[in-house]
Amino acid sequence: MNTASLPLPGWITFGLIPLINLVLAFFFSGLVVWFIGENPFDALALMLEGALGSGEGIGFTLYFATNFIFTGLSVAVAIHAGLFNIGSEGQAYVGGLGAALVALSLDHYVPWYVTMPFAILGAALFGAGWAFIPAFLQAKRGSHIVITTIMFNFIGAALMVYLLVNVLIVPGKMAPETRTFLEGGQLPKLDWLMALFGLKLGPAPFNVSFLVALVMCVVVWALIWRTKLGYEMRTLGVSPSAAVYAGIPYARTVIIAMLISGGLAGMMALNPVLGSSGRLQVEFVGGAGFVGIAVSLMGRNHPAGIILAAILFGILYQGGDWVSFEMPNITREMIVVIQGLVILFAGALEYMTRPALARLYYSMARKA
Amino acid sequence: MSQAPAIELVGIDKKFGAVHANKNINLAVAKGSIHGIIGENGAGKSTLMSILYGFYHADSGEIRVGGTPVTIRDSQAAINAGIGMVHQHFMLVENFTVLENLVLGAEGGMLLAGGVARARAELKRLAKDYGLEVDPDAVIEELPVGLQQRVEILKAMYRGAEILILDEPTGVLTPAEADHLFRILGVLRDQGKTVILITHKLREIMAITDTVSVMRRGEMVATRRTAETTVEELAELMVGRRVLLRVEKGEAKPGDVVLSVRNLTVKDGRGVTMVDNVSFDVRAGEIVGIAGVAGNGQSELLEAISGIRMPASGEILIDGEPIGKADPARLRDLGLAHIPEDRHHMGLVLRFEEYENAILGYHRDPKYGGLFLDLDAIRKDAVEKIEKYDIRPPNPRLRTANFSGGNQQKIVVAREIERDPKLLLIGQPTRGVDIGAIEFIHRRIIDMRDAGKAQLLVSVELDEIRALSDRILVMFAGQIVGEKTADAGEQTLGLMMAGIAA
Repeated sequence: MNTASLPLPGWITFGLIPLINLVLAFFFSGLVVWFIGENPFDALALMLEGALGSGEGIGFTLYFATNFIFTGLSVAVAIHAGLFNIGSEGQAYVGGLGAALVALSLDHYVPWYVTMPFAILGAALFGAGWAFIPAFLQAKRGSHIVITTIMFNFIGAALMVYLLVNVLIVPGKMAPETRTFLEGGQLPKLDWLMALFGLKLGPAPFNVSFLVALVMCVVVWALIWRTKLGYEMRTLGVSPSAAVYAGIPYARTVIIAMLISGGLAGMMALNPVLGSSGRLQVEFVGGAGFVGIAVSLMGRNHPAGIILAAILFGILYQGGDWVSFEMPNITREMIVVIQGLVILFAGALEYMTRPALARLYYSMARKA
Repeated sequence: MSQAPAIELVGIDKKFGAVHANKNINLAVAKGSIHGIIGENGAGKSTLMSILYGFYHADSGEIRVGGTPVTIRDSQAAINAGIGMVHQHFMLVENFTVLENLVLGAEGGMLLAGGVARARAELKRLAKDYGLEVDPDAVIEELPVGLQQRVEILKAMYRGAEILILDEPTGVLTPAEADHLFRILGVLRDQGKTVILITHKLREIMAITDTVSVMRRGEMVATRRTAETTVEELAELMVGRRVLLRVEKGEAKPGDVVLSVRNLTVKDGRGVTMVDNVSFDVRAGEIVGIAGVAGNGQSELLEAISGIRMPASGEILIDGEPIGKADPARLRDLGLAHIPEDRHHMGLVLRFEEYENAILGYHRDPKYGGLFLDLDAIRKDAVEKIEKYDIRPPNPRLRTANFSGGNQQKIVVAREIERDPKLLLIGQPTRGVDIGAIEFIHRRIIDMRDAGKAQLLVSVELDEIRALSDRILVMFAGQIVGEKTADAGEQTLGLMMAGIAA
């Protein structure tokens, strides 16, 4: 029986299925931990302690989550228009250039709150610009967006290394990075927010970007479900033939959706570049663009779900660091394996359990 | 008959949700014969054959091959039972050679060489025995369509098919290729194979089959020996003698020409000419019906006029102005509305809530908001239409997929008619719609006419065309083969639709 088209109630689709996926991921991660001779339950306890056990841990967790919210939103916007943007990684990387250029030119003259709006704009413009070429090729030439955005991740990485090594590097220094921004180019931390809950942030780089990410969640929600542009994007995403019938221009809608998607990815750079390190560094995105795909899938492409999924991945990142620190047997690479398993089950195998659940649900519904 | 039938269906029943696609179908096909199955689109022919080939599972009933009951779980089981299928859309790997396609799925081992050599020998034998010549090393995409189809037949024969099912095999063939196909089918029959031919073309049934069954609305309404029946009788059985829902309508008062189509030629995605040099006018206050068997270019004609498909050549004028390359949005601004043939893929986004579909295509209208959707205005508008068109359940927040076919169609009809267009294109307005809704929709269409609107109606339901149209154009093989008035006889039209008489 084909179960894909059978509707399931919201609590199964949005609650039970993600939960089962998560449990499965942790189960197999536990097996991995057990194989290398550590106690999986101890590892899990350590992970939660590291991620949520202190103000500093929470600060790091939310810092990582901020990255994933931006990239998750980026992926989600594209998916609503029927486009699979694999290029958030590269768009965020190039977006970092936009953010850094703004910070480098303004930090001498103005305080951070003047720099920030321009940095957001710069990051978004550069990210969107990097998404434009694949978008144009998809819209006008039919070159598949998945392929072109992957290619553009590589091109973007090469471009950034070139710029950092040859152009933006501080003369006389060895490290391929820009100078550290002055105070006017650094975003303040959110220690006051943590203090409201009686927590101390410590050295964690949890900063104003988090609030920007939350605002963007609202903006994306309104865009997708409350604007005519969002309506056109969703129509195209769900039924391209109905979009043609309705006179929704394919090329224009594809390009705009990708520009927004790329812009959101670019904004992610705000968090590490202006919020944490205070300078533009090589490889600062660190895979957040790819995690965004899993976050968006797991969050059902809805901003609220994306926030939750982003925090989960924040826990994995921060807690994972903690585990590898406390349990020397579990190396950094092991943590990457565990994160990979979560991405596998929550992202790639998203609908693995759905047919079985649908059958179970319908057989129980029939009896009831 | 002493010998068991090659294939026998007993009490086959299949439902898709509320749609009863096959109702208690009984059918026996004698070995070494060609059996035709005819019926209109949606009569259940394809569902029945899909059950036979293991794509669907019957809810109840039995399939017997050579007298033995068989369970056909998938196409592999069908092949094992000696059933081969030639699909309407070919299932060939385009960039493989004939030989490679032949062994695909029947490679017979890890290494290709053995299987390929065997296939080459077998291909030679099949070519000799059945007249199925084709170059084994030709690449599929370089072969003409007729030969590609021959490869499909060869594939089935290579797998040892004793029963060959052909689904609308001549839809893509030229008349000469079709004749050749029929000769091949004749040879197959003479060699003791059994052929089931699914088609809606009466000419083919008369030309090649031994026996014929007629399906209508999911039921097998009759089986005849071809020699003992006539085209007229089959047409009647196919269209059905059901009670006509005659809509009351007065004389048409045609006004100025609203739509002019001049020498229009339209090609489909594969470059096949679907509309061939067609010209006609539609005036204000009249309904022009296009009768024709599905697939004779009506769909492409509607798509071209509504801006969905670019014509290859020719001109379309609205109020005397050429529309040029206007897209559907621009044409809506010019006063064109379009009830598309396929509400599931075009007219509606099934995953949307009802109110979202109530503005599809008109969503840019400022009354539905500027940058943002004015949800209050949209939902109020949707509720008004729901009341006026009695759409049930009356809930604009319900997912469109959860409405019945008739109510889904009413959503589309309400949206298009309530825009008060000057030109309305109507495709299959009542396909899959229950009787009550049919009457309602027909009434609306007549009201539109009396309000002085120009309407172009395409339907494969001849009754519908005759009941609504003021003038009837018959389309066959992409051309308009004749024009009749609404009182033209069903048989006359049926024959024209079959391309027999003009």
